[in-house]
Amino acid sequence: MSGSTAFWYASRATGIVALLLLTAVLVLGILVNRQGRLPGLPRFAVTSLHRNLSLLSVAFIAVHVLAAVLDTYVSIPATAGVIPFVSGYERFWLGLGAISFDLMIAMIVTSLLRGRMNRVLWRAIHLLAYLSWPVAFAHSIGSSKDLQHGWLLYLAVGCALVVVAATAWRLAQAARQVPRAARVAAVYAQHTSDNRRSRRTRETVKR
Amino acid sequence: MPLTPETLKVNPIDCTGHGVCAELLPELVSLDEWGYPIVDPRPVPPQLDREARRAVAACPALALKLMRK
Amino acid sequence: MTTTVKEPATRQAAALPRLLPAAPEDLRHHLARYGPAPYRGQAGLLIGDIETSGLTGRGGAAFPVYRKLAIVAQARGRKVVVANGAESEPASRKDELLLRAAPNLVLDGLQLAAEATGATEAHLYTHHGATPEILRALAERAAAGLDPVSVTITQAPPRFLAGQESALVNHLGGGPARPTFGPPRVTERGLHGAPTLVQNVETLAHIALIARYGPRWFRAVGTTAEPGSMLATVYSPDGKCRVVEAEIGAPLNTLLSSGPDTRAWLVGGYHGTWLPVPQAAALTLENATLKKYGAAAGAGVLAALPSDRCGLTEAARVVGYLAAESAGQCGPCLNGLPRIAAGLAELAGPGHRRQVRADLERWSGPQNLVEGRGACNHPDGTVRFVRSALLVFAPEISLHARGQCSATNRRPFLPLPDGIPTSEEDWT
Repeated sequence: MSGSTAFWYASRATGIVALLLLTAVLVLGILVNRQGRLPGLPRFAVTSLHRNLSLLSVAFIAVHVLAAVLDTYVSIPATAGVIPFVSGYERFWLGLGAISFDLMIAMIVTSLLRGRMNRVLWRAIHLLAYLSWPVAFAHSIGSSKDLQHGWLLYLAVGCALVVVAATAWRLAQAARQVPRAARVAAVYAQHTSDNRRSRRTRETVKR
Repeated sequence: MPLTPETLKVNPIDCTGHGVCAELLPELVSLDEWGYPIVDPRPVPPQLDREARRAVAACPALALKLMRK
Repeated sequence: MTTTVKEPATRQAAALPRLLPAAPEDLRHHLARYGPAPYRGQAGLLIGDIETSGLTGRGGAAFPVYRKLAIVAQARGRKVVVANGAESEPASRKDELLLRAAPNLVLDGLQLAAEATGATEAHLYTHHGATPEILRALAERAAAGLDPVSVTITQAPPRFLAGQESALVNHLGGGPARPTFGPPRVTERGLHGAPTLVQNVETLAHIALIARYGPRWFRAVGTTAEPGSMLATVYSPDGKCRVVEAEIGAPLNTLLSSGPDTRAWLVGGYHGTWLPVPQAAALTLENATLKKYGAAAGAGVLAALPSDRCGLTEAARVVGYLAAESAGQCGPCLNGLPRIAAGLAELAGPGHRRQVRADLERWSGPQNLVEGRGACNHPDGTVRFVRSALLVFAPEISLHARGQCSATNRRPFLPLPDGIPTSEEDWT
């Protein structure tokens, strides 16, 4: 549209970067949970990267919202970043963005307070990631004409495919996991058969 | 700097053997043959206090704790 | 009300038996023999007598009873007492027998402990749940108005760890009968967050008697360091099992045979220690002397393995059971115990790889990485059992390596329950 300002470009650019970052954060989160490694990097790199990129995402989203608010071509109230459906412009799609961001804030605040809060509650809130990402994705596609065609669409869809694949893999891992009541029997069976085959096993049943 | 000596303790039920603690604090934590931490039971020396807190914060399972005697 | 114990009208003999009557006693006979439970009228007053008596827990851990009572008594707010009759150890029959023969002694002890700690909630936790004997005893007592605190009966699942203190509290609180990791201990934060006193039923029976006859009476048998008597479940080489009450400090060879019909002794049950016979024949039933062999009386399970059985086979059977009964919560136990069990099973068979001996040594020897690294002492007790078996049956290991065995009887000796836990329901 003619008359777009630098703010408008900044908002769209930071939005795209945020989507990419959030995709990486979600995948890294799954990697942490599954005790996966990034090739060549120590274990704490996975956890650190997950945390640091999530904070970076928040920073980008903050700029993304601020720039959109400051842009005078459309009227978006300052609160639209966290309060859903208060914007006159694209009320619904921007509202989704606020919802997604609210969920992210909940996840980050609880993670900062991890040591002091109930573990089950922390985990339940952290699982909201699987809700926050699709809502953010819907917000991205719905609120920006840019992402609805061309290479930006391919980028967005690519991110979605990565998230779907990673989530599917995570669910498959959960289904494959030996239930707690059967873990000891699994180790024993492994070892009895290994003894017979005279091979020392290095597999550990992790929980 | 803590006034009373603190020791590192791992909650063996919460621990799932991520091994991050052993990477960040090899002076006090090593891993057994199954990937679970062996934690030095002696008080944390003051010069390692910061690293110890970092390891406690970094544990993905929140299983590592610093306890006062 | 004074705190001194009044001397009873008829002096109570110090001799044994103290706990077990000749036949199961109902409330009428119980009251005729012992009189009513001597409540002190105020919390805390009994604890001094318990301290003087030197009574230690009879559930296996031998923790000084007065300390647990004091911790719970000093706490504020709601408090809970639990009579732990879930002896869980397959070879132990003493708690079951005590609850059948003298339930009123146990229930007296439970009420006295509730008064001493100021508890307002009481539980009885056993593997058999609400048996007719217990229900009748509770009904009779309720009719006579004997129990200030009402008792809730809960059935424990048939798991080895079900009687472990934190597993018990976990289960009473609605969770699985799996241990939890403290601090804080259940005496500080237990059932639904309340300070909880968990005592073995035999311990409570002793409390019921000490309250009546005083700490001096209690100390009239036993040793100075470990006073009193204890129930023991004794297995003789002919396979017979009997529950006896023994003075602490009694020579083990008055309870267990040490002749040529016996290959080895097992002292302290399945978390206990194998002892060589006749070298250990002079030992006494007290932790002070047993400690020198790395043994402890535990919950009083004593077995004389007949010489026609294979010690390795028996040990392998028991460790297979112990491994299967791991809660599977802690990495070192979950990974170590089944590997140890598989290794022992291989040793029990003909011919084994040399690697197995090295592995077992690594997992159960000094500086092993299984002991002390779980949330409870299940891996510790199992490792102690294994280590002593490897020591005592070392000659047998060499024989088996050559494909031979000195045993002539393949029938299993030590009792084990059928079935291993396979699903989550098995723990609830």
